[in-house]
Amino acid sequence: MRRAVLIAIPYVWLLALFLVPFFIVLKISLSDTALAIPPYTPTLDFSEGWTGIKNFFSQLDLENFVWLTEDDLYWKAYLSSVKIALISTILTLIVGYPIAYAMARAPEEWRPTFMMLVILPFWTSFLIRVYAWMGILSNEGYLNQLLLWTGIISTPLTILNTNTAVYIGIVYTYLPFMILPIYSSLERMDGSLIEAAEDLGCSRMQAFWLITIPLSRPGIIAGCFLVMIPVIGEFVIPSLLGGSGTLMIGKVLWEEFFSNRDWPVASAVAVVLLLILVIPIVLFQRNQQKQTEAEQ
Amino acid sequence: MSRLSWFNTVSLTLGFAFLYIPMIILIIFSFNESKLVTVWAGFSTKWYGELVQNEAFLDAAWVTLRVAVFSSTLATILGTAAAYVLVRGGRFFGRTLFSGMIYAPLVMPEVITGLSLLLLFIGIGLDRGILTIVLAHTTFSMCFVSVVVSSRLVTFDRSLEEAALDLGCSPGQAFRLVTLPIIAPAVVSGWLLAFTLSLDDLVIASFTSGPSATTLPIKIFSAVRLGVSPEINALSTLMIAVVTVGVITASLVTKRAMMRQKQDEQAAARTE
Repeated sequence: MRRAVLIAIPYVWLLALFLVPFFIVLKISLSDTALAIPPYTPTLDFSEGWTGIKNFFSQLDLENFVWLTEDDLYWKAYLSSVKIALISTILTLIVGYPIAYAMARAPEEWRPTFMMLVILPFWTSFLIRVYAWMGILSNEGYLNQLLLWTGIISTPLTILNTNTAVYIGIVYTYLPFMILPIYSSLERMDGSLIEAAEDLGCSRMQAFWLITIPLSRPGIIAGCFLVMIPVIGEFVIPSLLGGSGTLMIGKVLWEEFFSNRDWPVASAVAVVLLLILVIPIVLFQRNQQKQTEAEQ
Repeated sequence: MSRLSWFNTVSLTLGFAFLYIPMIILIIFSFNESKLVTVWAGFSTKWYGELVQNEAFLDAAWVTLRVAVFSSTLATILGTAAAYVLVRGGRFFGRTLFSGMIYAPLVMPEVITGLSLLLLFIGIGLDRGILTIVLAHTTFSMCFVSVVVSSRLVTFDRSLEEAALDLGCSPGQAFRLVTLPIIAPAVVSGWLLAFTLSLDDLVIASFTSGPSATTLPIKIFSAVRLGVSPEINALSTLMIAVVTVGVITASLVTKRAMMRQKQDEQAAARTE
């Protein structure tokens, strides 16, 4: 009995506030825009009984999804979000792996301090960390001042409000998500494996590629998913660091909802985004489950 | 392995420089005299003074703090229960769906979570305000709490609970007297995580808040859209300072608790 209550409370909470809302989004994505409150039709009316429900379903259609394929903006935004997410995931991996590797190789008494230094930015506001780059990358910003002063460039570089700024922002803010899983898989690695490989005639590079990389693979996979999946729907970074040329679907959805007030189209955008994300999310969950089972 | 090779030293130095220099610059320039943020014009604390007098920011900060306290406390209770059920609950109907709902919000884009919750609240006719933000924040942060707590439950020696049950504890007592004290550090860090996630959230709060409740991130975002400002630098510095002190204190406290636990275990091993 007690067990049933313990299971039921978080279960019902998640059903009501996580799963049901998705069905509402799905339903509204099939509705039409209307000048009303709420701004869509049809709304479900139980007072008319069975005919009301039948009417309701007969009015649902795929019009909004057809609209998404007809207007260039949407599929371009989806493609460019996926592209930006892939490139920035690779960049984050390139920046993050050496840091995780060096942390795992550091003397044991230093590791907690390094861990703390990686985690600390993660606790500070995401918004503030993105904002910090606005002052650095702008035309009169600190980076341009430094480069002009050292004479490397003679005219300021335009970085803010371009895709370059978006990449820098993503790598910066998502770096802890990449470092931590890789570090935890590298830390568990048995150092004598490398020694054995070297004794058997491997060079250091060979030992790294043949042993270290494969053993840290679960960490790499987890880190890449943790960066890539949320970046596809990212809103804050493209809207603060990106420019008019930065197309990302999170921003499109936001504007569709808040500026155009077109709820059905915003919902359709969300449904398609979710469909794109289902594959990586399922793969991520499988990877996590495999790891937990391996630990148990 | 006792010393770092030059390659590892270089990657750690560059890595931490990359992580910290932007924030250090932000902090330095919050003490700038000039209104032009990128030009240094002498030391001054005047922006902090203006910040303290800015009622809109203070109101937003108060709303944010209340939302964070309520939602993180609720999320900790629900998330701990969810973790316990997942690790100890055995098989039950819909377990796969349940674990899916726990993991999915961790990677769900905030725009989707925000939009779907808003449509739910409008659908059931709930007025948007502090309550709706609390409900929204509780939902996504309970999943983070549950991941943190379940990773502690997995490594926990189950025979301790069994011993308590053999010695006559009810399952509730065994949980309260044995399990809870052992997982307490994870529960506390889960709460802290939920608290900061709530303090930090812009997107979900923007969807689920009404005109009566503006949170600090919403306020900062609308100010920052217009460009860099010294007042926001001052506010950011204060927030960074609070978080730094909080995280360092929390990690010292858990370190001490873990050391005490280890000593107790050693003492217990000796008396055996």
